[in-house]
Amino acid sequence: MSTEKSVWRRAYEWHEQRLPIVSFLDHSIGTKYPAPKNLNYFWNFGSLALFMLAVMILTGIFLAMNYTAHKDMAFDSVERIMRDVNFGWLIRYMHANGASFFFIVVYVHIFRGLYYGSYKAPREVLWWIGILIFLAMMATAFMGYVLPWGQMSFWGATVITNLFSAIPVIGDPIVTFLWGGFSVDNPTLNRFFSLHYLLPFVIAALVFLHIWALHIPGSNNPLGIEAAPADKIPFHPYYTSKDAFGLGFFMLFYFAVVFWAPNAMGHPDNYIPANPLVTPPHIVPEWYFLPFYAILRAIPDKLLGVVAMFGAILVLFVIPWLDTSRVRSASFRPWFRVFFWLFVINAVVLTWCGAQLPEGLPLIQGRIATIYYFVFFLVIMPVLGWIETPKPLPASISTPVLKPAE
Amino acid sequence: MKKIVLAAAAAFTLTSTAALAAEAGPELLKRQWTFDGATGKFDKLQLQRGLQVYREVCASCHSLKYVAFRNLTALGYSEDQVKALAAEYEFKAIDEEGSDVTRKGTPADHFPNPYPNDNFARASNNGALPPDLSLMTKARVGGPNYVYSLMQGYEDPPPGTELLAGMNYNKYFPGHQIGMPKQISDDQVTYADGTKASAEQISADISAFLHWAAEPKLEARHATGFRVMIYVLIFTILAYLLKRKIWARLEKK
Repeated sequence: MSTEKSVWRRAYEWHEQRLPIVSFLDHSIGTKYPAPKNLNYFWNFGSLALFMLAVMILTGIFLAMNYTAHKDMAFDSVERIMRDVNFGWLIRYMHANGASFFFIVVYVHIFRGLYYGSYKAPREVLWWIGILIFLAMMATAFMGYVLPWGQMSFWGATVITNLFSAIPVIGDPIVTFLWGGFSVDNPTLNRFFSLHYLLPFVIAALVFLHIWALHIPGSNNPLGIEAAPADKIPFHPYYTSKDAFGLGFFMLFYFAVVFWAPNAMGHPDNYIPANPLVTPPHIVPEWYFLPFYAILRAIPDKLLGVVAMFGAILVLFVIPWLDTSRVRSASFRPWFRVFFWLFVINAVVLTWCGAQLPEGLPLIQGRIATIYYFVFFLVIMPVLGWIETPKPLPASISTPVLKPAE
Repeated sequence: MKKIVLAAAAAFTLTSTAALAAEAGPELLKRQWTFDGATGKFDKLQLQRGLQVYREVCASCHSLKYVAFRNLTALGYSEDQVKALAAEYEFKAIDEEGSDVTRKGTPADHFPNPYPNDNFARASNNGALPPDLSLMTKARVGGPNYVYSLMQGYEDPPPGTELLAGMNYNKYFPGHQIGMPKQISDDQVTYADGTKASAEQISADISAFLHWAAEPKLEARHATGFRVMIYVLIFTILAYLLKRKIWARLEKK
């Protein structure tokens, strides 16, 4: 009897022969996927980003069931969700703050890639897909913020869509095309809702490609050297258990904000219904756009400002070649490490400048910070690769690093 | 050299925060609210007093459109009390013959707008439109403390200030010139529960009531949050122990 297969086992094998989905998952995130054994907690943020994408799609689907994409009803329908829909307040606060936490997680994920040189060969395509995900996230978040049709929704949409008018000759027709009319109005709201529902599934597809591209070379690691097969451990159960712990730790912060400070990251003006006749004294985007907003306003020319703002993201596509150092991990690059942390501080300064009125000290600081942002990528990265002497690399992950002679 | 670079960066960041601190206007009056903090709850008697202030003072100019009479059971009223309160209001309706009639309010109705339309409201208020109050504490920086301060912020304009016609001076209002005249003074209302109606008390009660109107699910949110956090905390500890146990296998090898 014991040798005979159970009916469940036979059903499973019957199905695997026809569509081997369990084997596929086992090779992707299971026991058959070897990962370097020395990954630190910064490597948790990839799975956290996937978790946040799932949270956003799930809460978003339930919000869409109760939301009305019409300029006269959108604000009221959001308030109905907050007051009369069962647990509507929870779903909406999870979604609104989820956007912020999605960006926090993805920013840490990007900075981790920068610090450990995860963009370098052979992971350039993996890095590119990551940037595409980031761009799609920004578009999705921007359009999502417009949907409640509050004052900041309306005026944020007006300011950002107007950026395209900086393009010579075809700028104004493009803006009219984006709006579906001659100002931000009901057609704009309708198409933004449609695209806001579409883009998350584009992101999901890109995430699939991102993970596929990850599996070709395998994960980078804190030492930045190739991991020998002996230095790899199966993803499951080692990293699944580590990711589960990281997820719990992360959720403590996420839910603390959702339940106890759900409006801390929002702007009070967005609880005022959109009014095309009243411009708020200070239009600011959500915090995760502030660094790029600061770059936009640091440059006195509108077109060049827009170019710089988009350039700040597009420059990431070419850093695999701008960085001339062959050493991946900043742990072995004493000078790159200094400039990297300056870049992190600089990003915080840009975020702060983006929230201020563009005049006086914040404008000057914004300009200096904008210059450093580009100098870091365009000058420091190529030059440092030539002049910096990296510390000696270990022969393998298991071999301790030899101390250089005193 | 590295230290100099980092020190310069730190100085750069510090000047930013100093500039931020210098920007603050007149500081709002702050109050300990019963709904503050992770376990905060509304004081139902305070909300009832606040409702009385809204109905006797604010409601003559301000709507409260997202609040329905049925919501008032959250203030501790019975369903019969809510029905009786709703019936004090009249709403336009069309009868079976198609004629315009008025009917009594029911718990399903929302607080009515005191004005038939915005133009009428402006014409009655020197051009200013009294805003709906349902979300007021969430739509202003400072929340309930802002409303609390604004109610008590009326004073004579400092010498040299030129008030526009029909405007009033309020030190907490952005720009200081506000269309709404001073509304709250001592003994403005006579509280049904006998609480002494000082201007400060009335301001606190209406602010608390408006915060309930803006965030009616606050108590459910705090209570659910507490349970969720305990659950996640236990999950995190178990996950950590599991992770340690699994990773211990590597050291044995």
